[in-house]
This record gives sequence, C-alpha cells and structure tokens, in this order.
Amino acid sequence: MMPVHRHTLLVLLLSVFTLMPAHAEEPSSELYQALGERSGIETIVKELLGRIADDERIASQFKGIDVRRFHRNLSDQLCQLSGGPCSYSGNDMRSVHAGMGVSDTQFNALAEQLVRAMEEEGMPTWAQNRLLERLVPLHEDIVDVPAEAAPTR
Amino acid sequence: MNKAWTPPILALGIGLVLSPMASADPPGSRLWGTGGVNSIEGSAGGGLSPWATLAGYASDEEWGGTVALSRANTQDYTLNVQGAAFNWRNRIELSFARQELTLDTLAFTPTLQPFGESDLTQDVFGVKARLAGDLIYSPYGQWSLGAQHKRHRVSEIPAAVGAEDDTGTDVYLSGSKLFLAGPFDRNLVVNGTLRATRANQGGLLGFGGDQRDSHELVAEASAGLFLRRDWLIGGEYRQKPDNLGFAGEDDWWDLYVAWIPDRRLTVTAAYVNLGDIAGLASQDGAYLSVEGSF
Repeated sequence: MMPVHRHTLLVLLLSVFTLMPAHAEEPSSELYQALGERSGIETIVKELLGRIADDERIASQFKGIDVRRFHRNLSDQLCQLSGGPCSYSGNDMRSVHAGMGVSDTQFNALAEQLVRAMEEEGMPTWAQNRLLERLVPLHEDIVDVPAEAAPTR
Repeated sequence: MNKAWTPPILALGIGLVLSPMASADPPGSRLWGTGGVNSIEGSAGGGLSPWATLAGYASDEEWGGTVALSRANTQDYTLNVQGAAFNWRNRIELSFARQELTLDTLAFTPTLQPFGESDLTQDVFGVKARLAGDLIYSPYGQWSLGAQHKRHRVSEIPAAVGAEDDTGTDVYLSGSKLFLAGPFDRNLVVNGTLRATRANQGGLLGFGGDQRDSHELVAEASAGLFLRRDWLIGGEYRQKPDNLGFAGEDDWWDLYVAWIPDRRLTVTAAYVNLGDIAGLASQDGAYLSVEGSF
C-alpha cells in the first residue's frame, strides 16, 4: 500500500470540489445590452462571416450556404442566447451539423474568430466570456455529429 | 559532450517557432493560454505542476509544441531549465527538460561540497496522454495521465545527500477545467494533480532516501484567472515527499502572472517559495520563463 502524503486527501477533495461544474446563470438582458442589442449582434455576425471566409480551417464547411439566411439565423441565435427578445427559427442544431464531420479544430477556430470579431467591435471581456459560456453547450450538437443523428432533445 | 545536443534542440525549436511568423497561420487552434506553459519538468502546465492540458495549441487535427527557457533564483540557488514539448493531435504529449541547479553562495554544509564548480544537471523525459474530456467543452473538464522519467547526468549529489538512486520515474493523473465567465465574469482555470513519486526536491537531490524509499502519493493544485485573454494570474501548490534524513523537505508554492501577447509567445513571471532545500533554509525568489509555441 502506497503511503499517502499528509493533507493529500484534503487537497484532493478541494480540487474535486473546484472541478465541479458551476450552475448556469439565468439569461438576463445585461449581456444583450452589452453586445449592442440586435444591431450590435448583427455587426458582430457580419464581421464573423468575413473572418470565416478568410479562414482556411473552416471556410470549406460554409461553402454554398445562403449567407443572408445564415446571418439572420445566427444573429437570432446569439440574440436569444444573450437574453434578447428574439427566437431562433432555424433548423435544429444537431440536424444541421449531422454528417458534416465538424472537428474540434474547426469548433475552436470558429470560437477564436468569434472572439476576434467581438474584440474588433470593442466588446468588453466579461461580455465575450459570457457569450462563449452560453455557446459551449452547443459543442456536442456541432462537433462530430453522426449522419443519422436524432434532433436535439 | 554532455551538453552538445542541447543547442541543436533549441535551435530547431526556435526555428520552428519563428518559421510560422512569416505566414498568417497560427500555431494551432485551441484558445489562448489553454495549453498552460512549459513547466520546470517540461510537461505542459503551470511552472511547478502539470495540467491535464497538452502543450501548445494543437487541436484534434493538428500538431505543435513549445520550447521554453526558464530560470528561478533563490537566496542560495539558481535553477535554469531548457524545455521542449511536442503535441500530437491534442492526444499525446512528449516533453523534455534539462534542469541545471547551481549553488550560488558558499555553503559550509559538508554534504553540499560535491556541488563544487560544476552544475547539477538532471534530464526529464515526459509523456502525457489525454484520457478524456476537453478543458473547456466538457462539463467535467479534461483528464490526463502522465509520466516523467528523470535522470541525473552527474550523479555525485544524490549519493552525497543519501539518496538511493540518481534516476526515478513519477506517474501522475491530472484534471483541468476552464470555467468561462467565472469569478468577476473572468475565465477561471483550475487543476488538480495526483502524483506518485519518490523524488527528492523534484529529483534534483535524487530519489528515495534513508527515511523512505518508495513511491508516495502527493497532491498538487493550481488555479489561474484570465483577466483578459492575454493576461493570466494565479498560484500553485505542490506537496513533496520528505525522504532524506539529513535535511527536511518542504512543499512548494508560487504566485504567477503570465502574459500571452500572441499564441506564439508566453512570458511568465512568478514569486516562488521552495522552502528549505538541502539544509539551506527558506529558499524563495523570482521565476521567469519565456516560451514559444509552434
């Protein structure tokens, strides 16, 4: 039996405790305001679309999309996620990404471009972090979704 | 002879770091700071303790790595570290660190006489595998298993201080999680590491001793807060064994600030407190590390 260093269990318990996921906050309109409401969000999404087109890691996944529709849907989605008075009316996220073979590399690349777009538009750090936090649950509906995937929920 | 192959490693590393600067390609796709830095033992993490994340910025379709030069100065010692790590598809990390410890002051401890004019040099060969999860996207974070095989190049010190061996292997399990919009809506990264080790002062004073000659489980923990995506502040705590009868060994801790102006560069400064080392009391001081990612 390997000896256990003094305090090891205590430090371990503290580590496990801090590793527990924090509970999600209720959406409030504070974030929506910070993003500049609907028009601010539309500007960020426009900036993001330009960045996607120039990013060879992800541009191929967006080939042939209806840019106007994509802009409207993503703006709706970010507006809704940030606590704004919108509702996303596009297709279910899991169905949209089924069989696309989106990699972690591509998800990370998109997250990076979104951060850069928000920086470009002068969004404060706290607002950037909160929007990313609300986008993280979408990871499992976007990355490596099998072709025959059932819709979300 | 001993050191002949270090400059080529560094030259290769620096070349790799500089080469992408000509193009717009980033060194990898993971988000800023999520690879931690090259620790004094070469594995990616903080300065003193590894994280579960793998070196540099490579994501699942990429490879990359880091090279780093680090230095810690205390009242009586200077530790210089040359480190490099390679990351394949954010799955496997291979690392190397060469540690050179110098006794700066005249010490009248008979056991430390072998320090003499020459440095004490230890090589650390590391491997780390990501077992499960993702630092940001998994609710329970990222979990990795790693090993560090340590070898002295000049082996007088371990024997002189009563260590049983001048080589040894640590095995560790790490869990890391980044909470987006944590305290003050800043991103918080926390790490816990459980290490099985018989190393004295991280191996610099050899492995095993008269008090104990078997592996012991020690815990390490760290936390860091991203003030912005390019500034990280935090602290680390690392438990240590106490195997040698001739001098007690203390736990290590530090407080650090890291600057990430670009994913190709990280500069870390820290206050480190290493406690008593080989009979010289209360060693604390400054730590500085410069890391390039490719």
